[in-house]
Amino acid sequence: MTMIFGIPLQAFLGQLLVGLINGSFYAMLSLGLAIIFGLLRVINFAHGAQYMLGAFVGYLLLVHFGVGYWPALLIVPIVVGITGIVIERLALSKLYDIDPLYGLLFTFGLALVIEGIFRYYFGVSGNPYSVPELLAGGTNLGFMFLPNYRGWVVVASLAVCLGTWFAIEKTKLGAYLRAATENPRLVQAFGVNVPLLLTLTYGLGSALAGLAGILAAPVYQVSPLMGSNLIIVVFAVVVVGGMGSIMGAIVTGYMLGLAEGLTKVFYPEASNIVIFVIMAIVLLVRPAGLFGKDA
Amino acid sequence: MTDAPLLSVRGLNAWYGESHALHGVDLEVFQGETVTLLGRNGVGKTTTLRSIMGLIRKRTGEISFDGKDLMRMPLHHTARAGLGYVPEERGIFATLTVDENLILPPVVAKGGMSVEEIFDLFPNLKERRNSQGTKLSGGEQQMLAIARMLRTGVKMLLLDEPTEGLAPVIVQRIGELLATLKQRGMTILLVEQNFRFASRIADRFYLMEHGKIMAGFPVGELPDRMGQLHEVLGV
Repeated sequence: MTMIFGIPLQAFLGQLLVGLINGSFYAMLSLGLAIIFGLLRVINFAHGAQYMLGAFVGYLLLVHFGVGYWPALLIVPIVVGITGIVIERLALSKLYDIDPLYGLLFTFGLALVIEGIFRYYFGVSGNPYSVPELLAGGTNLGFMFLPNYRGWVVVASLAVCLGTWFAIEKTKLGAYLRAATENPRLVQAFGVNVPLLLTLTYGLGSALAGLAGILAAPVYQVSPLMGSNLIIVVFAVVVVGGMGSIMGAIVTGYMLGLAEGLTKVFYPEASNIVIFVIMAIVLLVRPAGLFGKDA
Repeated sequence: MTDAPLLSVRGLNAWYGESHALHGVDLEVFQGETVTLLGRNGVGKTTTLRSIMGLIRKRTGEISFDGKDLMRMPLHHTARAGLGYVPEERGIFATLTVDENLILPPVVAKGGMSVEEIFDLFPNLKERRNSQGTKLSGGEQQMLAIARMLRTGVKMLLLDEPTEGLAPVIVQRIGELLATLKQRGMTILLVEQNFRFASRIADRFYLMEHGKIMAGFPVGELPDRMGQLHEVLGV
């Protein structure tokens, strides 16, 4: 058997894949957080709940309406995005003019309420969501066995991240978003409906979380706690990448997922804390984050 | 000159938080005119422009532009009414290229210049169209801040100290540019400390002190007013 640093190659690649999968979700979630924080200056603590909501909407669509994975992939982001738009219009938009802490407190409370509701109805044990037929089984890559669905998650998340990056960096709407992130009042004085832009941005960020949720449903169990388990790590990713940096959030998401996977191979005891150790080191050396601009 | 002013401001009061900055500003600008607000630092010139634009929301009084009541409009409707704003700090976006900065403000009416026409007027900007906006020199950034308003078809420009901190040769370039815009029929309300610069392009002046307009006079009265101006402006 091939060995690498005294570890069987199979185990090494297996953990690398797990790291890449986790990294895919870190990247998609921290991307949404970074977009929302950049423009709204709101630290969206409800992001994990919105991710969980995405998985549950997919699950309920399947159980109650017989709507399968592929249509859900389209419906779920729309549903979660619309709930985001409603939340922004009814509540968040009223908090912009006061201390940013209120936005954080509101979204934190909202996350607890949403998770509480789902715990009440579904308990804390997970509900299985089976892999769509088309992606069932796996492929032997010669050096390792790759479950097809996991390969799909990596490809889909890369496409989502790069597509979002492209939309922000290379399109007219993205230029509005970048400019409004720098100076919202001036952009509005130019005639751009910035309040609408804020609403749509929160909707987009929520939709990204929902999409990550439905992608995650067949990988992890659909459980009311799946968001809160993940979101703390995702906040660490955002801090390491640099608040508000789009590419930073994406790259850091994958990197930290891989770092976590590698730690599982070489020193499993540290795998749960490695991301936070990296966060602490980055904060000491570069407080603005790896990709953040120095204040 | 037409009978009704394009911009009419009556009894404008404005506040920054608790601080009362404007105490009943009255001014008028007619179609095609270039009007300059003169005054020392801190008398409320910039505040006047920002209040007209709607960037300062704590304001009372009347502002009408082209027959529309600006007091009741949300901020993003002011530009659509036909007012273009060039802020003192220029407001060039660092995360946008020169091109993106240029086409950022939405077109609000027909009659604006095309990007090609603008590049004919500002060849420097064309050469650097793919550079990051804030990598331009101060003068180029000022040109860009004015240029991006020309595409939008606005009827009137509010210009806040366009020559501040720029070399004399650039100041002259901006003077020529404003003269060209004036020829094309643009109405301009200018805040300017550079008195010599202003005297070359303005049709009329308002003199501000303590958040109020102290005097208004046409450019022809300038020689007779020099004593007063020296006293008020300290130039």
